[in-house]
Amino acid sequence: MAVANIQVSETPLVLYALRRADDALILGHRLSEWCGHAPMLEEDMALSNIALDLIGQARELYGYAAKVEGKDNDEDKLAYLRDVRQYRNLLLVEQPNGDFAQTLVRQFFYSAFTDLYWRAMMNSRDATLAAIAAKSEKESAYHLRHASEWIIRLGDGTAESHARAQGAIEHLWAFTGEMFAVDDGERSLIDAGIAVDPATLRGRWLKTLSDVANEATLALPQNDWMQQGGRSGRHSEHLGHLLSELQSMQRIFPGLTW
Amino acid sequence: MYTQALNTAETDDRGLEDAARAAQFQARIDAEERIEPNDWMPAAYRKTLTRQISQHAHSEIVGMLPEGNWITRAPTLRRKAALLAKVQDECGHGLYLYAAAETLGSSREELVDAMLAGKAKYSSIFNYPTLTWADIGTIGWLVDGAAIMNQIPLCRCSYGPYARAMIRVCKEESFHQRQGYEIMLTLCRGSDEQRAMAQDALNRWWWPVLMMFGPPDATSQHSDASTKWKIKRFSNDELRQKFVDATVPQAQYLGLTIPDAGMTQDADGHWRYSEIDWTEFKQVLAGNGPCNRDRMAARRKAHEEGAWVREAAASYAAKRAQRQTAQAAE
Repeated sequence: MAVANIQVSETPLVLYALRRADDALILGHRLSEWCGHAPMLEEDMALSNIALDLIGQARELYGYAAKVEGKDNDEDKLAYLRDVRQYRNLLLVEQPNGDFAQTLVRQFFYSAFTDLYWRAMMNSRDATLAAIAAKSEKESAYHLRHASEWIIRLGDGTAESHARAQGAIEHLWAFTGEMFAVDDGERSLIDAGIAVDPATLRGRWLKTLSDVANEATLALPQNDWMQQGGRSGRHSEHLGHLLSELQSMQRIFPGLTW
Repeated sequence: MYTQALNTAETDDRGLEDAARAAQFQARIDAEERIEPNDWMPAAYRKTLTRQISQHAHSEIVGMLPEGNWITRAPTLRRKAALLAKVQDECGHGLYLYAAAETLGSSREELVDAMLAGKAKYSSIFNYPTLTWADIGTIGWLVDGAAIMNQIPLCRCSYGPYARAMIRVCKEESFHQRQGYEIMLTLCRGSDEQRAMAQDALNRWWWPVLMMFGPPDATSQHSDASTKWKIKRFSNDELRQKFVDATVPQAQYLGLTIPDAGMTQDADGHWRYSEIDWTEFKQVLAGNGPCNRDRMAARRKAHEEGAWVREAAASYAAKRAQRQTAQAAE
């Protein structure tokens, strides 16, 4: 017997927390795939650390989404019993790890954003989100530093690492636009001082990217076509496979305590 | 996570050592003094420890694979985070064990290369597969439990850097062991299916775990030097018996059956186990365990696919140093 998907009443605030929780879980899951397989032990440690931070953020955000929703959902139901069309994460974070350059460029794009985002969210009028932001901001600052240092090493390392890093930037660039998109529900939260308008972060985000890219002798793409869809559940084909693995135990053994 | 076959001292080149210094060295050991990296030590002591510590480090790193196999499938977010943190701890153990081995004069690269070339061993227990979630509980409970039995005496090992590394490792292992037992307890209090999963895992892991302590004392050949140097303080069979005595009541509490129909409790309270099938142990050591090839392939793949990353880091560091030198010269 398979377990049916749960239904979530996606009020603007529930959806807002759920989207950020899904980002953190999916990226944390991706990073955890490296554990035991990284190019050096120090990176097994570092990538696991970042994954743990992100899974921790996801748990807090799921817990809050469940609380705001006020039904009998919880962090595990939200993570394990929604299918691909119900997931709300950015397309960027579900992209496969690829090689180390792709993983680090993906992390760099994301952390350069969340570093600014969580710092701004510390001023949210929603006390829980502000508290989650205060913790996440410290973590994101470290994630950004780690990723930036690697982008510089790879870009200014060998011809091969430069080519791989440049290729990864071009491959993943089209998934960055979604971080700055806002729908009507989020607009209402921005107006209420609960959420941050991501558009206000874009200039500083680009500056972080170009500063690091310059030092790394890498170029940011001129192409501004951006893929969208993750926030409303229109994902790449990759997410379904990730979820089938992540959710397998809860789907095979419904309703048990682990 | 663990060591085995600690009784493998090198004895070949001991005759070459200066007899007076060797006597002085042994006197320090007898007085329970710690030997530190810059102290004089017999070549065979150095060689034995390098081999033991590096094997221990390799075991930590290869040991990440069977448990890592369940990180992406852990049944709840709490379990996922705990397992990831645990496997990360094992990696940390590997790192500081390599660092301890390096104090004896071999680089991490050399040691890792020897392992990847199949010249250095790692614990045979990691050549068994993790098939269900219960295996994660069982590894924590039994494999880490056995590791603790082996490693607690190593906290008093005569070589300072190894002893100190073991103190930290043991603290983390005992946390892992409790975590593993708690997974088992949850399964055993769960559904029939979960209890069956727990029993099946115990059935598969029990005998391989007993083999972790190494060959029986009667057939071990090299215990003498390691014992004399206070690297090894208890025999394989002593540690194995201690482990069995500690574990049987834990299994009883879980309501699980140890897969040894001939097991009896003697008058002194010791649980006497049936004869171990050492043929299996030898086969696994010889490379014929269920996962030997997979484990080696996974480590080699990570190493080979990471080569360009390590080259990039080295190249960047060299460029940076060059720029700094050039700047200083201006």
